[in-house]
Amino acid sequence: MHELSVVANLFEILEEKVREKKGKKIFSVKLQVGALAGVVPELLMTAFDIYKKDTIASEAELEIKKVALKVQCKDCHKVMVKDDFIFICDHCGFTNLKTLEGTEMILEKMDIEV
Amino acid sequence: MTKKEILVLEDLLGSNKKIAADIREKLSQKGILTVNLMSSPGAGKTTLLESIAEHLTPDHKMAVIEGDIETERDAERIRAKGIPAWQIITGGACHLEAKMVGKLLPEIPPDLDFLFIENVGNLVCPASYDLGENIRCVLLSTPEGDDKPKKYPKAFTTSDWLIITKTDLVPPVPFDIQRAIKEAQEVNPSLKTFTVSALKGKGVEELVGQLISALKKLRKDNA
Ligand SMILES: Nc1nc2c(ncn2[C@@H]2O[C@H](COP(=O)(O)OP(=O)(O)OP(=O)(O)O)[C@@H](O)[C@H]2O)c(=O)[nH]1
Ligand SMILES: [Mg+2]
Ligand SMILES: [Zn+2]
Repeated sequence: MHELSVVANLFEILEEKVREKKGKKIFSVKLQVGALAGVVPELLMTAFDIYKKDTIASEAELEIKKVALKVQCKDCHKVMVKDDFIFICDHCGFTNLKTLEGTEMILEKMDIEV
Repeated sequence: MTKKEILVLEDLLGSNKKIAADIREKLSQKGILTVNLMSSPGAGKTTLLESIAEHLTPDHKMAVIEGDIETERDAERIRAKGIPAWQIITGGACHLEAKMVGKLLPEIPPDLDFLFIENVGNLVCPASYDLGENIRCVLLSTPEGDDKPKKYPKAFTTSDWLIITKTDLVPPVPFDIQRAIKEAQEVNPSLKTFTVSALKGKGVEELVGQLISALKKLRKDNA
C-alpha cells in the first residue's frame, strides 16, 4: 500500500511543472503504469482523489494507461507480452529476456490552465 | 482561459532512483557492500542478521540499518551482538525510501565491509524502492508457503538473491524447497538461491562466503 507515497511524488512533479509553465490549475493527468510497476492502478486512483483536495489539481481527472509487460528474447530476438511474468521465451525456451516495458510508472502528460 | 497540454514523461520514482544511485556510488567507492533485505513480516530478517554477525570473522566489519514502522527493537537486537545499528522508524510507511537511508550516510563508518539494510516487513511495497544497494535479497520463510514467488512477483523479479529461511521447520511445515526455487527462477532466471536456518546456523556459512566474494568483486570493480 505505497500508492499514497507514489501520489505524493506525483504531486511534487505536478506542482513543479505547473510552476514552471506558470499554470493556474490542472484539468487532467495521464499516467502510464506497467503491469510489474508494483502498484495497483485502482488504488492509485483512490489515493489521487484523496490527495488532490485543496491542491492545484483539486478538480483534476486522473487517467491511467496500463502497460503490459513486454520482453524480448536475447537469443531468438522475438518480442512477446508476458501476462504471467514468467521469464521464459515462448518461442525457444531461452531464459535470458530483456524487459522492454511494463515495470515503469510514468507521468505522461497533463492538461493545465495557463 | 486557455487549456494547454504539457507532455512530461517523467518517472514517478525518478527522485528515489537518483538518490539511490548516489548512495550506491558513494558506498561502493568506499568499498562497502550494501545489501537490502526484503521479506514479509517475521520471515527472519533480524534473526539472519544476528546469525551472520556470529559467522563473520573479526576481520570483517558489518553494520545494520533497521527499518520498522514502529519501535527500536530490531536495532537493539543487533546492537546486543556488538554490531552498530541505526533504526529508521517510518511511522506508518510500509517501505524504506532512498532518502531515509541517505540521511544516515554521514554516520556510516568508512572502514565498514558490509552495510545491511533490513527493510520494513512487507513483500510488496519495498520492491519498488531502490535504496542504493549492491545486492537485493528477498527472504521467504517456509511457513509462508512455497507458492509465494508467483503471487508476489515483483519482490522476486527485482531481487538478486533468494534466501529460503526457517528450513528447520520442514517437516512438519509442508514446504517444497525445489518448487519454491523453480517458481522463483521462472519469474527471475538469474536469481541466486540459498537455504538457511538462522536458528540452527545452517546454511549461513555459505551465505557469508558469497557475501565475501561479492565484496571482493565490488572492490576489484571500484579499484
Ligand atoms: N524455527 C525457526 N524460527 C526462526 C528462524 N529464524 C527466525 N525465526 C523466528 O521467527 C520469528 C521472526 O523472526 P525475525 O528475525 O524477528 O523476523 P523479521 O523478518 O526480522 O521480522 P520483522 O522485522 O518484524 O519483519 C522469531 O520468533 C524468530 O525466532 C529459523 O531459522 N527457524
Ligand atoms: Mg526484523
Ligand atoms: Zn527466444
